Amino acid sequence: MLEAHKISWKQDHKFILRNIHFHLSPGECVGLIGPNGSGKSSLLKILAFLETPTSGQLYFQGQSIPKSVPLSIRRKIAIVFQESLLLNTCVFDNVAMGLKIRGLSKGKIREKVDYWLEQFGVIHLSKQSARSLSGGEAQRVSLARAFAIEPDVLFLDEPFSALDAPTKEGLRVDLSKVFKSTQTTTVLVSHDFKDISHLTNRALILLNGEVVAEGPPTELLRNPQKEEVDRFLAYFST
Amino acid sequence: MEMIWQGILAAIHLLLTGDPEVIDITLLTLKISGTGTLISLFIGIPFGTILALKPFPGRRLVLSVVNTGMGLPPVVVGLWVSIFLWRSGPFGFLNIMYTPTAIIIAQAIIASPIVAALTCAALQQTNPKLRLQIRALGATRLQYIWLLLKEVRYSLLAAIIAGFGAVVSEIGASMAVGGNIEGQTRVLTTATVLEVSKGNFDIAIALSIILCLLAYGATLGLTLLQQKQQGGP
Repeated sequence: MLEAHKISWKQDHKFILRNIHFHLSPGECVGLIGPNGSGKSSLLKILAFLETPTSGQLYFQGQSIPKSVPLSIRRKIAIVFQESLLLNTCVFDNVAMGLKIRGLSKGKIREKVDYWLEQFGVIHLSKQSARSLSGGEAQRVSLARAFAIEPDVLFLDEPFSALDAPTKEGLRVDLSKVFKSTQTTTVLVSHDFKDISHLTNRALILLNGEVVAEGPPTELLRNPQKEEVDRFLAYFST
Repeated sequence: MEMIWQGILAAIHLLLTGDPEVIDITLLTLKISGTGTLISLFIGIPFGTILALKPFPGRRLVLSVVNTGMGLPPVVVGLWVSIFLWRSGPFGFLNIMYTPTAIIIAQAIIASPIVAALTCAALQQTNPKLRLQIRALGATRLQYIWLLLKEVRYSLLAAIIAGFGAVVSEIGASMAVGGNIEGQTRVLTTATVLEVSKGNFDIAIALSIILCLLAYGATLGLTLLQQKQQGGP
């Protein structure tokens, strides 16, 4: 589905990412974990075509991605950030945004928006202003907006990190159900090993802009292989 | 003190009886300043958007010039528009000097930097991550701009209020390019000055009250709309 070959990214003459290899198969959910400044969010932006790598090549569905990413490819992905980033309008219009951009009919938009608001348990907030939502509600709306466009690849950049523990747990459970029913190909960035182990099949650990370990989350915990990974996981999983 | 009191009473009488001359001047003022502001939106919003979203060499310099333009003295605008529209000037052939069109042009020039600068400031204040999110939703360049402008619509309303407020209350440009011709280019501000110079304080006070009400009414309407849409009390 998505591949990255030898991706490096420099900013202000400093390497943020170095020589990254990455592949994502259809239906797979891959986690990116690492401490602050390890480059995981930068990698996500590059994989989501929001930044251009300094060197290396991206492939999407077998196609090499040029520097100027075609709209048709950009429209096959969706991103949910740590902040819900809703527009100053009602919940319905927020979820409908990506569909309107794609020129869907009003009937189709209503059908999809209602479905996804229902899936994330926020259908009762449909007419409410996005500004009046709690953090958890806003993030549910943000997820509904991303799923509504039925992306080929979904990127989640620490979607739970701004939420309190009970809200986070509820959303994680609902998201897990949605993943099971939709089999959406996903890249999840998180600080919480629980998120990674619950939601992903495979995880990459980034340290100082490099992938230092890769494998099923539980396997990484059991057998870290490198001392730096062990040290990081010991802190990370507590 | 008595003169002031008499003036206010006479002004109220003029307003209540609907003096035809006062009504004509008021309607002309609304027409000229409304059109001037409308034109400034077509110039200022796209220009402010480019300044906010499109990096180019010298952008900061242009922005500082536009910001300075917010305090552009109307009389200076009046002078330059006069030079251009004067019979021997570059656009003299248009023959629009001392017409409402000339005042509209001058007022559009006065309001455009205000609208442009406020549009630019509003767009630059949007969360950069929100801009990224809109792009990530698959928006085209035009959709992206449209969604961002919709997001800052309340600030744009403020830009309209500021633009209209500036042109409805200016006198220098209207006087210079309009000439204060009775029944043709006499607007509230120029009429007020004329009546003061003639010592007709009652009419001058009446006109000034209307001018204040007009400025207040327009801004009140836009403010209410702005607050209603923002969900304010």
